[in-house]
Amino acid sequence: MEKEKIIEVKNLGASFDGFNVLSDVTFNAHPGEVTIILGSSGCGKSTVLRHLLGLYPIQKGHISVLGKDISQFTEQEQKQLYLQMGVFYQNGALLNSMTVGDNVALPLKQHTFLPDNLIEDIVFMKLGLVNLEDAYHRYPSELSGGMLKRAALARAIVMDPPLLFCDEPGAGLDPISLESLDNLILNLKEQLGMTILMVTHEVSSILRIANKIVYLDHGQVVFEGSVRDALSSDVEQVKQFFSVINEGQKLNL
Amino acid sequence: MSKKTSRYYIALDEDTLYTYENHTLYLTRSLLIHNCDRFTKKLLKEVRRFKVKNLVFNLDKLEDIDSAGVTALFFVKNKLRDDGFHIRFEGGGESIQKKIELFKPEKYDRALKVKKSGFFEHIGDEVLYFFTSYVYSYLILAANVAYWGVADLFKSKARREGEFTNQAVLIGVNAVLIVVFMSFVIGLVLALQSSQQLRNFGANIFIVDLTVVAMMSQMGPLITAILVAGRSGSAIAAEIATMKVTSELDALTTMGLNPIRFVVVPKLYASLVTMPFLIILANSAGIAGGATAAYFYLDITPEVFINRMGDVMKNKDLLTGFVKSQVYASLIVLTGSFYGFRVIRGAEGVGKATTTAVVVAISLVIIADSALGLLFY
Repeated sequence: MEKEKIIEVKNLGASFDGFNVLSDVTFNAHPGEVTIILGSSGCGKSTVLRHLLGLYPIQKGHISVLGKDISQFTEQEQKQLYLQMGVFYQNGALLNSMTVGDNVALPLKQHTFLPDNLIEDIVFMKLGLVNLEDAYHRYPSELSGGMLKRAALARAIVMDPPLLFCDEPGAGLDPISLESLDNLILNLKEQLGMTILMVTHEVSSILRIANKIVYLDHGQVVFEGSVRDALSSDVEQVKQFFSVINEGQKLNL
Repeated sequence: MSKKTSRYYIALDEDTLYTYENHTLYLTRSLLIHNCDRFTKKLLKEVRRFKVKNLVFNLDKLEDIDSAGVTALFFVKNKLRDDGFHIRFEGGGESIQKKIELFKPEKYDRALKVKKSGFFEHIGDEVLYFFTSYVYSYLILAANVAYWGVADLFKSKARREGEFTNQAVLIGVNAVLIVVFMSFVIGLVLALQSSQQLRNFGANIFIVDLTVVAMMSQMGPLITAILVAGRSGSAIAAEIATMKVTSELDALTTMGLNPIRFVVVPKLYASLVTMPFLIILANSAGIAGGATAAYFYLDITPEVFINRMGDVMKNKDLLTGFVKSQVYASLIVLTGSFYGFRVIRGAEGVGKATTTAVVVAISLVIIADSALGLLFY
């Protein structure tokens, strides 16, 4: 039986200033799974992500999120979709004029009627999940790069969204922080049934959390499959990407 | 609230309700982010009516819960504890238990939450912060800049070649046009406004005294300082703040170069040297403006105006102007640098530093002007 698709991208194409960025991207993401988009720099990963987030108009092809074609969305439907997704931006994208606590509380204050002290409890709990309780009253400019990322994750998951988009969450993190971030993402996936779509280059992360890998090259999907399939893939780019593991094994010998 | 046999069924909302039996509340259906607010409000209201203080919240019938729901459960528990209730959770499926374990707020350290201080405590903290973080740091910077400013005068090697000229052009030469134009206009308007009153008393000739004294002792230096603070004070703050956020200042330090000597001192020299000339230009332009108004509205010819000027002008006014120029130049450079160095990170910080630097520099210039005005009265 075919698996349910929570995200469906079909023949997505995009060009900017006559330069073809995406030529034919097709892949699916299934509920409760972590789908990783891989590829070398400039291959169009972020462009795909921005299309999924509705930040770029669809020039060619179709994208369905939660069973609906996003190009047909009214403004209200798009807003409803945004309420069901959390987005983790690579540089954190926290609002610098607000404290970390206020940043994380923002979606709760804007979209729910929860009392302020309950919101404060939720925010503390979410910051606690990313080990950042002590940053509640600090401003983003006072945090390190790794702390910013964790605060951004806390904001992305504050509404328990069924869909979580992550743009390189592990970049710049030390291996220990990266592992705890991965464990948190796995926990959220298992406990809340989140579907996660992630752009990352961290091989260790991919091996730990990925259910599915989509490999992009020159605006096209050259591989789509499980981690196991990726490790034994004959596709040259995928082989090259995972060759780092074999290098590591050689060093261990 | 409806009563069925010995049980109470209380609808908390369309999604959540509970039944009450033998000191136990059986929560049913779901407790999710969209119904947490109604759940907490209604449950607190209902339970506070109970006479029994030991209660069990049974979660066996709860179908779903999310992180906000878990937090709401503990929120209710803590609120009721403050009212003398003792609440215990029991039951719940494996999934519910796991979510409670993951999301329960008690796991996280709230000790770091800042205690809200009282009104006077807050004022005390703010005053202390102002003195330690602003006044003290400003004085330290001023001392550093003064030390290196004097020390580097005698060490040509310590100065970057061409930097003084570069800064003098930026701070001084490029400001000439705006300073001259604004001073001319202000001198013109000042004389124009006064001419009617003077004519009423037949004291036309005193327009010269008025214009010359006003421009030389007050308006000239002040207009110049305000314009330079707006132009160069902001530029100094923005430049240093940008250098700070892009780690250029760190790079200078790790190359063994003192950022104050390398960045601030040339600006100080340039502004100290150019400011007196700008003030002379401002005074001249302002007086020329006054002379123009006097010629057209009071029939005072330029020859008469200049003759009278010789009587009115005093060396003291020139000296006052010079002293003011040095004080204002130092304040503008110091304030711009101070806010530039204070910036923490990010583009927003640079913008904020720039704006604050201009506002504070202008305020300090006006305060200094009052003080010097009293001193030279």
